[in-house]
Amino acid sequence: MTMHPEDLDQLAQARREEEAQYRHRICVCMAAGCLSSGADKVKAALEAGVKERSLEKDVLVKGVGCMGPCAAGPLVAVDIDGVIYHDVTPDDVPAILDSLEGKPVKRLEMPKDSPLFQRQVRIVLENSGKIDPESLEDYVAANGYAALFKVVTEMSPGEVIEEVTKSGLRGRGGAGYPTGLKWSTVAKARGPRKFVICNADEGDPGAFMDRSVLESDPHRVLEGMAIAAYAVGADMGYLYVRAEYPLAVKRLKQAIKQAERQGFLGNNICGSTFSFHVDIRLGAGAFVCGEETALIASIEGNRGQPRPRPPYPAEVGLWGCPTLINNVETFANIAPIIRNGGEWFASIGTEKSKGTKVFALAGRVVNTGLIEVPMGITLREIIFGIGGGIPDGKRFKAVQTGGPSGGCIPEQFLDMPVDYESLASVGSIMGSGGMIVMDETSCMVDVAKFFMEFCMTESCGKCVPCRVGTVHMYNLLDRMTKGLARMEDLDLLEELCDMVRHTSLCGLGQTAPNPVISTLRYFRDEYEAHIKDKICPAGVCQMATAEVYA
Amino acid sequence: MTPTTAQQARVKTLKINGRDVSASGDQTILEVARENGIEIPTLCHLSGLTPVGACRLCLVEVKGVNKLLPACVTRVHENMEVFTDSERLRKYRRMVLEFLFTERNHICAVCVSNGHCELQSLAQQQGMTHVRVPYLYQKLHVDASHPRFKVDHNRCVLCTRCVRVCDEIEGAHTWDVFHRGIKARVITDLNQPWGTSETCTGCGKCVHVCPTGALTEKGVSVAEMAKRRQFLPYLTMMREERG
Amino acid sequence: MMSVISKYKKPTPPSSDTRWKLLEATMRRHGYKASSLIECLHTVQEAFGYLDEDAMRYVAYSLRVPLSKVYGVATFYHFFTLKPQGRHTCVVCTGTACYIKGAGNLIAAIEKKYDVKPGETSADGELSLLTARCFGCCGLAPAAVIDGEVAGKLTPDEILERIEKKVKSHDNAS
Repeated sequence: MTMHPEDLDQLAQARREEEAQYRHRICVCMAAGCLSSGADKVKAALEAGVKERSLEKDVLVKGVGCMGPCAAGPLVAVDIDGVIYHDVTPDDVPAILDSLEGKPVKRLEMPKDSPLFQRQVRIVLENSGKIDPESLEDYVAANGYAALFKVVTEMSPGEVIEEVTKSGLRGRGGAGYPTGLKWSTVAKARGPRKFVICNADEGDPGAFMDRSVLESDPHRVLEGMAIAAYAVGADMGYLYVRAEYPLAVKRLKQAIKQAERQGFLGNNICGSTFSFHVDIRLGAGAFVCGEETALIASIEGNRGQPRPRPPYPAEVGLWGCPTLINNVETFANIAPIIRNGGEWFASIGTEKSKGTKVFALAGRVVNTGLIEVPMGITLREIIFGIGGGIPDGKRFKAVQTGGPSGGCIPEQFLDMPVDYESLASVGSIMGSGGMIVMDETSCMVDVAKFFMEFCMTESCGKCVPCRVGTVHMYNLLDRMTKGLARMEDLDLLEELCDMVRHTSLCGLGQTAPNPVISTLRYFRDEYEAHIKDKICPAGVCQMATAEVYA
Repeated sequence: MTPTTAQQARVKTLKINGRDVSASGDQTILEVARENGIEIPTLCHLSGLTPVGACRLCLVEVKGVNKLLPACVTRVHENMEVFTDSERLRKYRRMVLEFLFTERNHICAVCVSNGHCELQSLAQQQGMTHVRVPYLYQKLHVDASHPRFKVDHNRCVLCTRCVRVCDEIEGAHTWDVFHRGIKARVITDLNQPWGTSETCTGCGKCVHVCPTGALTEKGVSVAEMAKRRQFLPYLTMMREERG
Repeated sequence: MMSVISKYKKPTPPSSDTRWKLLEATMRRHGYKASSLIECLHTVQEAFGYLDEDAMRYVAYSLRVPLSKVYGVATFYHFFTLKPQGRHTCVVCTGTACYIKGAGNLIAAIEKKYDVKPGETSADGELSLLTARCFGCCGLAPAAVIDGEVAGKLTPDEILERIEKKVKSHDNAS
């Protein structure tokens, strides 16, 4: 069907009116975290309770996306004073329903003045926890697809790229390449066809930003992809999603169908001459497929092995055609940039890093979960403000950002602003947004070994330095954690790090030494304690006693 | 990317190790260097097969580029300044060879390819006299099920020349690589004994492009397995002619 | 074994099992293109629980992809398994957050009780122990998926109890 501007307004208006009929709305988080804590049972109990009390006309119970504090799930939000209840069980349902006309249930209430909510700025997550991710109408009622509509009916592809360039948005997958520049390269590239790929193969162990966006607001990503396709001249898009995220896959499939039915995807979008189709491709558990050339190989049905760049996918990508690859969070930023203008986006953040960043805060921190903060916020504000500090009176030791390609940042840099350049200057990277807090009970040599083991098993095996070098580095670290290493091994380890970093074919190998390099830089004393004194200061590593180093 | 004819025709001038050289626009650094008698070590590369840039021995320094670039796949451009030899590159090349020697079991003295082995001669050229990292001693099997050939995985360096020649020249695609990382290994068909392969034509191209003693003819003794590759440029040329 | 592959003859499924129809549907949806190899392997794994030789051969012939390539792809990706799984599966997350919060102890406890290593199935075919690189439930660390159900903030005792419950319920049912 063909959509006209007034149809879009009508659709949004109808939904808003429908919701306004209810006196109360109870939102139950149905993202993977809360679901695994039994959110579906809570929702069923709420629905049954509403029916039992014959409140169907007054109270709407709806499933929504991620609210953030995943560790406190299942979470339920009730419209009275915007209260959020945590750790809700089906047994709490009567109390919640009783409270609708009165005061909130105190024992379940999450303190509203919690810094968890205070310091956040929500752009990517603006709809998360508010709309029903399985309803296109809900998304439209929240201004969804208005940006796509505007783009195809009022803007030229060049104007779209200019707006994105003006916003200063940089790739949220980790490297921070300017998005506008990438788009204009693909737009200029010549080829029989062009493709847009959304990289949703979130592989960093300890990161779940993309999953949450896909589960909570799938249409936002589709809208971003469609706008990008219009800007670069692509007619086909692929969403490369981890098979380990079945809920995200299910919601995306549903969202694509809904969008096609309403004419937001498919042929002649919104009545224009622009056509764009999206298909899903399932990843199959290979971290290296986050690398763009490996991802392309995987979509083409091959082993996910990277190839040397240049040529870059912007010129020679999927099936040899110019291809735009952006990550989920990057696409999720597009619609608000078009709606509110590039200047608005550029007003948030720092000089070189604009907008917000979603982080998955986890590890030894009181409040774990998903947060969105403006660029330039300090690590201390995130960890001790929003995160509530370190539990059990333990001492902060380091925060790991960027996953296996990143590094560990020690205490002295806690007041450093979070932006691409600052993180790089202390030997870490922004990465896709995993943020793991470690306290005195974490051993930094063991952490380095953990990441090296990861890189070793995720190495595709194509180039020699990464395939063999990661094994040698892992073996050296393993000997250190067992108290079997000598000081010369530390020199050798550093030499291997240097060589693997500079000679590997792709980003995986080139950054694999980062966790070792950064821990060696800031926690060399811990390495020396393992080697010289055969002691693990954090008490994590089991030292071999009888074995003799040969 | 297929370069336009205009690009191909255009002659480029560049410097390799300080020497002025000229090249046509679609040539790689490796091709230009070799034409001018400048040696860059390679292992996975074999003229006539699609380059993959996997062994990293041919990495060179290019002025103004902060990354090292593989000469086998990097195309030349005007005013490029390439350095193929430096203390740093020599060190990295020795380490790549050390990695290969420690990855599997390469004992030259008992190898049929002794004296005809590219890995061996690279080690000699690059002055890799000993290894400083511990041997990994992977225990891999020898498959002698094929009537004429055998594969000794202990001597394979995963250059994938066999995979490429079988796919690109013979057109059988009997060989491929399974698993990943350190567990990767070349296989025939569904990882079955070579002799039972349904697709192998027994042409022997894989044996002759193999740089080491991993793929050999049966019946040869220590140091007897010399490889013959004269067919490859010829076949490639004819293929290109046919389009 | 199919010895002659005619250009015009479509390969027939390895058995009369109706689950091959699911694969047929996936292949048809993708127009039997070679690029749909991974999608097809996903369908086989979902339908049969693992990829056996017959299945890989059938996929190879149908999509006209070399046998060695199918095998290479099937073994490259962690998600695919070439061996049948146990009656119950326990996947322990070994992502960073879970690691920091003691995923290793969960694995050790299961290893000890069921005499099974990660990636293996216990001798009685009862339990397969697997590890995953991050479920993206870091807020629930350490987490595991037992027969498809996510369980979070686990202790070694809790995970053993949960597995035992699954194994018992099966015993009662049979």
